[in-house]
Amino acid sequence: MRERIECDAAIVGGGIVGGSAALFLRQAGLSVTLLERDWCGAKASGVNFGGVRRQGRPLEQLPLSQRAHAIWGRLPELLGTDAEYIRSGHLKLARSETDLESLIAYRERSQGFGLGLEIITGEEFRRRWPALGDRALGGSLCPEDGHANPRLVSPAFARAAAALGAVVREQTPVDRVEKDGDRFVLLSGDALEVRARFLLNTAGAWSRRVAEAFGEPVPLESLHPNMAVTEPLPRFLDVNIGVEGGGVYGRQVPRGNVVVGGGRGFALDADRARPQRDAVLTLMRDAAELFPQLRHAHVIRCWTGVEGYTPDRNPVIGPSRTTPGLFHAFGFSGAGFQIGPGVGQTLAELVTTGETPMPLEPFRIDRFPPTA
Amino acid sequence: MSEVLPPVIVGAGPAGIRAAERLVAAGLRPVVVDEAARWGGQIYRQPPDGGFTRPKTALYGFEAGKADAVHRAMAAIRDRIDYRPRTLVWNCEDGALDLLCDGASETLPFSHMILATGATDRVLPFPGWTLPGVFTLGGSQVALKFQGCAVGRRVAFLGTGPLLYLVAYQYLKAGVEVAGVFDTTPFAAQARATTGMLRDPATLAKGLLFVGWLRAHGVPIHNGIRPVRAEGTERVEALVWRDARGQERRTGCDAVAFGLGLRSETQLADLAGCRFRFDEADRAWLPERDGAGRSSVPGVYLAGDGSGISGADAAELAGERAALGLLEDLGRPVDGKRVKELDGRLARIAAFRRSLSAAFPFPADWADAIADDTMICRCEGVTAGAVREIARSGQAREMNRAKALTRAGMGRCQGRMCSATTAELLSRTLGTGPDGVGRLRAQPPIKPLPVSAGAERREVA
Repeated sequence: MRERIECDAAIVGGGIVGGSAALFLRQAGLSVTLLERDWCGAKASGVNFGGVRRQGRPLEQLPLSQRAHAIWGRLPELLGTDAEYIRSGHLKLARSETDLESLIAYRERSQGFGLGLEIITGEEFRRRWPALGDRALGGSLCPEDGHANPRLVSPAFARAAAALGAVVREQTPVDRVEKDGDRFVLLSGDALEVRARFLLNTAGAWSRRVAEAFGEPVPLESLHPNMAVTEPLPRFLDVNIGVEGGGVYGRQVPRGNVVVGGGRGFALDADRARPQRDAVLTLMRDAAELFPQLRHAHVIRCWTGVEGYTPDRNPVIGPSRTTPGLFHAFGFSGAGFQIGPGVGQTLAELVTTGETPMPLEPFRIDRFPPTA
Repeated sequence: MSEVLPPVIVGAGPAGIRAAERLVAAGLRPVVVDEAARWGGQIYRQPPDGGFTRPKTALYGFEAGKADAVHRAMAAIRDRIDYRPRTLVWNCEDGALDLLCDGASETLPFSHMILATGATDRVLPFPGWTLPGVFTLGGSQVALKFQGCAVGRRVAFLGTGPLLYLVAYQYLKAGVEVAGVFDTTPFAAQARATTGMLRDPATLAKGLLFVGWLRAHGVPIHNGIRPVRAEGTERVEALVWRDARGQERRTGCDAVAFGLGLRSETQLADLAGCRFRFDEADRAWLPERDGAGRSSVPGVYLAGDGSGISGADAAELAGERAALGLLEDLGRPVDGKRVKELDGRLARIAAFRRSLSAAFPFPADWADAIADDTMICRCEGVTAGAVREIARSGQAREMNRAKALTRAGMGRCQGRMCSATTAELLSRTLGTGPDGVGRLRAQPPIKPLPVSAGAERREVA
């Protein structure tokens, strides 16, 4: 017996984008069915570094990022948990004059978006972050950026949606999706058929199949961040740290563990990835160089995940160009965590009102040259 | 190509040593990587070098002869192998192992590898188990064997499995007061299983001798008990337990040694990509192996307790058998008669193990009695209640999800110590069998890795 569900909106993918879209759609009173092939928030949304960071994003993402920032400020009210979210500040380090200049230039360019960036150098820098020693000339601080525990935040969005009446089905892969008249039809094996007026494609690195089903191929590739965490250490770091020009990034959680990231893991198959030895060892070396406090510590765990990357490293967000009622949001290229809830809210807005004040032009699905 | 790289053996216990011996006999020079400073494994662990020697009869008791034979076998091939003591294997990736020795990391490629990674204690918590003075059975034995010290002056032995009586006996022989043996198995079950154990009268006789010796020295042996709690302020002062009739009783002691059998160290097999299956007898997910120890991954062989608990005698045989399988796969001639003999002896031990499992069944209800506020994951401070709640609320139906949401298994031990407990709590709360909640995925490093190793990389030797 195949179970049939009729609803206003079907969502494929229970990560932070799909989960938050489900929540905001339920708040707007629509009936929602969320299908997740694994567990909600268990893939890229749940295993990323946990940086909740606006600073450093391309300017075109900042309106959505600011929208997300407001949502992050309401987590306990929305989710019933703070998910270890802390507005610790995000400090981007400059290790050379050139890097410092580029941080200053970013501050200028992002002036109108309300990030409140402060450039801090010299004596003042050393006074505020003595733990960082003299390994940086200074940095750019975004005081209200921070970090959170992705394992807790991302599942919590889908859970909150379910608490408001969304139908959330985990371990439910979508095998076929098509449009039948004005209804989308989603099939999961022989067990489940979902019919919906709207369809949200928020399947992360697995979004390409849904897009292709509606004639919208996207050059999406899977990449794997490489992360490690140390045993708990005495507190020495109160900000989320990035480095201008890339490389290692790190944060210390209140429990004392230091989470660091950098480099890439490798794919075991399309669904699973693992940390890679050279990346792990390089990360440890670079992290100890940046944070000498780690020199005598142990790494207790490494991990990675599967993230969808686009060629221009901007996500695909917005309406399908082929199929009315279909909306995409994927390809966040390793930077979807902070912005995710803002995108979910925007999708909900598009579904309920047909429009959004968010500028989505840069994220059009048809911006890529046709693939061979 | 396959013979360009020397075979690698991980572990220098009875399985690893016998495997190495067989490969050396065939003219190969295996690399033997072992975490310990001296060979012998856990069971035939040797005391530290230098000034502190005790006779093997004192260290290994009845097993002194076997221990000595295994030690000698390794000594005899010492200069014909590439022996790497004090070396942790922290990763297996793409046909190579990552080693850590003296703070430096090194990558060791292999074409053929025998994993003889051994086992550790399986423990399930009970209230008070984190008090100073509560040890695992294996840990208590290591303290005695390796450092020549006891975990207390008056020790209570709690749990089930052959090790329970063996360690109690060894402590008594070492002059320690044994407050009692508290066996979770009902006496009737042990009596019934004895028939099956007649397959190996020598081992059975040894077991009976331990019991007899303990009784003769006035050590109370209680069957069918359950722990209630370990009591104490600064350290354990008493074990409170419930007897077979349900009566709560209290036994004064300054240490408790407890364990519920052993659990295989399977992380490297997992990282190597071996297929796992749930083993009812061991109540654990184990890498599959055929009679020769071949895993599901070509070139990866499994021997000894690391891929299913069968004891030291079986480990010696399985080590040699895996080496013969490896040689056969390399196209080398192997002695078919020897293969047959090993297979026969391994089959007999397997049958005996089944009776032993019946004699010391896992106390499946133990987990139900763990109080909600009892800490089950010491690395991350996770309570039994947190795991039950995550299951009850429908948020986690398997191990990795429970880990993500509660942190159980996320700390220094990576679930090596606590995942048996998490699996019991999850499966009993959800009403699935113990096989219904999956297993933790292994991730490198399988044990904590010094950050400084990132800057200390050695080129392949």
